[in-house]
Amino acid sequence: MRDIAIVSFAQSPILRDAGAQNEVELIMPVVSAALNAAGLEDVQGVDFTCSGSCDYLQGASFAFVAGVDALGAVPPIKESHVEMDAAWALYESYLKIKAGQADSALIYGFAKSSPGDLPFVLSQQLDPYYYAPLWADSVSLAAMQARAGIDSGEFTAEQMAEVVQASRSNAKNNENTQLKGDYSVEQLLAEPEYIAPLRKHDCPPVSDGASAMVICTVEKAKEWGLPYAVISGIEHRIESHNFGARDLAVSESVVLAAEKAGVSQGPIDIAEIHAPFSHQELIVKKALGLDDTTKVNLSGGPLAGNLMMCAGLDRIGEVAMRIIKGEAKRGVAHATSGPCLQHNMVTVLEAS
Amino acid sequence: MSDNNKAGVLAAVVGVGQTKYQTKRGDVSIAGMVREAAVNALADAELTWDDIDAVVIGKAPDMFEGIVMPELYLADALGCNGKPMMRVHTAGSVGGSTAIVAATHVESGVYDRVLTVSFEKQSESNAMWALSNPQPFSPHLNAGAGGYFAPIIREYIRRSGAPLDVGIRVATKDRIHGSKNPLAHLQLPDITEEQVAESPMLWDPLRFLEACPSSDGACAMVIVNEELADKATKQPAWIRGTAMRSEPTMYAGREEVNPQAGRDCAADVYKQAGITNPREQIDCAEIYVPFSWYEPMWLENLGFAEEGEGWKLTMEGVTSLHEGGDTPWNPSGGVLSSNPIGASGMIRFAEAAQQVRGECGDHQVPNAKTAMGHAYGGGAQFYAMWIVSSEKPE
Repeated sequence: MRDIAIVSFAQSPILRDAGAQNEVELIMPVVSAALNAAGLEDVQGVDFTCSGSCDYLQGASFAFVAGVDALGAVPPIKESHVEMDAAWALYESYLKIKAGQADSALIYGFAKSSPGDLPFVLSQQLDPYYYAPLWADSVSLAAMQARAGIDSGEFTAEQMAEVVQASRSNAKNNENTQLKGDYSVEQLLAEPEYIAPLRKHDCPPVSDGASAMVICTVEKAKEWGLPYAVISGIEHRIESHNFGARDLAVSESVVLAAEKAGVSQGPIDIAEIHAPFSHQELIVKKALGLDDTTKVNLSGGPLAGNLMMCAGLDRIGEVAMRIIKGEAKRGVAHATSGPCLQHNMVTVLEAS
Repeated sequence: MSDNNKAGVLAAVVGVGQTKYQTKRGDVSIAGMVREAAVNALADAELTWDDIDAVVIGKAPDMFEGIVMPELYLADALGCNGKPMMRVHTAGSVGGSTAIVAATHVESGVYDRVLTVSFEKQSESNAMWALSNPQPFSPHLNAGAGGYFAPIIREYIRRSGAPLDVGIRVATKDRIHGSKNPLAHLQLPDITEEQVAESPMLWDPLRFLEACPSSDGACAMVIVNEELADKATKQPAWIRGTAMRSEPTMYAGREEVNPQAGRDCAADVYKQAGITNPREQIDCAEIYVPFSWYEPMWLENLGFAEEGEGWKLTMEGVTSLHEGGDTPWNPSGGVLSSNPIGASGMIRFAEAAQQVRGECGDHQVPNAKTAMGHAYGGGAQFYAMWIVSSEKPE
């Protein structure tokens, strides 16, 4: 039996524009912080390293190659990379440790989204023959999903505004976030529609930054003398890419992943949901089976700061750190990828 | 799926599927092409889509086809809806890394049967352009891969004193091997060393016929746990060891001719597989040789020869199947005969598996029991390797 624990997590400030800082400069501080918090001097202290990033955000092939320069990978390290949110880099590392091929791992994700036009870059995630030539941008697709949900009665514009209100309010307690403050639902609904039915505040800000995490076996965490949060369940599922082939107002893949991860096998004190758009938080919260006893996105969530390629890892890190600090006993973290919540990961974390 | 708490489960390849490799697969979309490889692998494994627990996909940079994170669009084509899917990207080594990540899915005990697929459809893009786009803030050479590696090859020649026709020998040998493999892109059964020598010089000392082609194609494998492999009707290829290593592109004192990451990766995979003398214990190898001179260089890097001596094995015919060499390298024709970049590493791993399964037809190495698959990428800084065997480990 190899139970796996999260022992440290570090996140950079979530910035609208990191300016002249390049990816290596964004990564180095968080990697050092996560390693140091685990009592490790450098990357040689872990058995495996895995990262998540996306070439297109950098506008050049091999974005992750420069990431290796931030690590101090001499002597050479056991290392891998997913072209996905770093939550999936965590998953690859989790399997590596489960298989007994490593006892510890460093995971990191990074993105500078500011240099490009993010919604249009993401339009190239679509089927290259039918959808991508239409340049359907990610905000418009999310708006289509929000419309489907409102029209089918799954949620209302008022509930979407309540999500934004809570996000910005919670974000006041998070020094890394980008958008924060006190807003009333009435005030938010008075704002004009941007891409109907979404208002600008229903959409995530464009953000630059990086985050990093150290995980290990529970035995190793004890050996290191570190407090930790245990990954008691982790599952992910993908759905069809064809928007017409699924009900966009609900998330079947979250339901499946939540069931397999064991979300309902105990009370959930806190949840971090990787919902870049306000209505998506409502869809995922329902699919996870959470009720109002669970505090959602105390960090402010992606609406307050959305680091592409690590916003999913950030959710897992946020829940883990609150458990380590004793603020919660059992929490759930959600990560997503693709247009309209296409691919979803659910992680259940518990206090030791 | 299995109990989450098992560790160190044995895994084996029970199905391999490839497409024909060619300059342009105009008859299929990317989705159609990856599905073709996957269907072939499922048929070989005598399994259906319903039997698969998870899909692990790999390809080289998204810019090669101009699609951001294409795994999202490919979920439908690969029967993933409602299942887990992962996308690996480790530069040119990605096909090998993807196979290793898929193997780890099974070895972790979390999954019983995993489908893994790697692909590249180079005809829908311009790889030279995609590789020449500068990284912000970084110096770059608009030289493509050959331009990057040629100076390193020249340094190898200087150090080893190898005669200048070693690369020609490798290029000719791998194309003759490829002519025995009906899936290989280049079919040049009558190629001669004179033809290679007379082909245009691209990046001194690499001539046109010493460089890999640009191919469309996909490769897939089904990897299962011990219990299911034992029940397979065809010979499984047991995975005896897997290893990955990375080092930075540039650092003070970096050994680019014989990189440390490659040596460490080989040492790791040999230790797992119980190999103390690769030249004697490995019957054949599929090694990532996109430019001819990387055969002698990797013979040394992987410990088949002492440093400075690799070219002698090549010249003695040790790595040639048709000359009866005792350690054939790239009997399938290798990357020099087919190069759908993202798939090329997985093809090496899959061909190694096919050799120990005895499924290689005209390019079968007689009595191959233990084989090596190898891939490298980036500035020769990312490595993925596996050893497979017809014999189940004890």
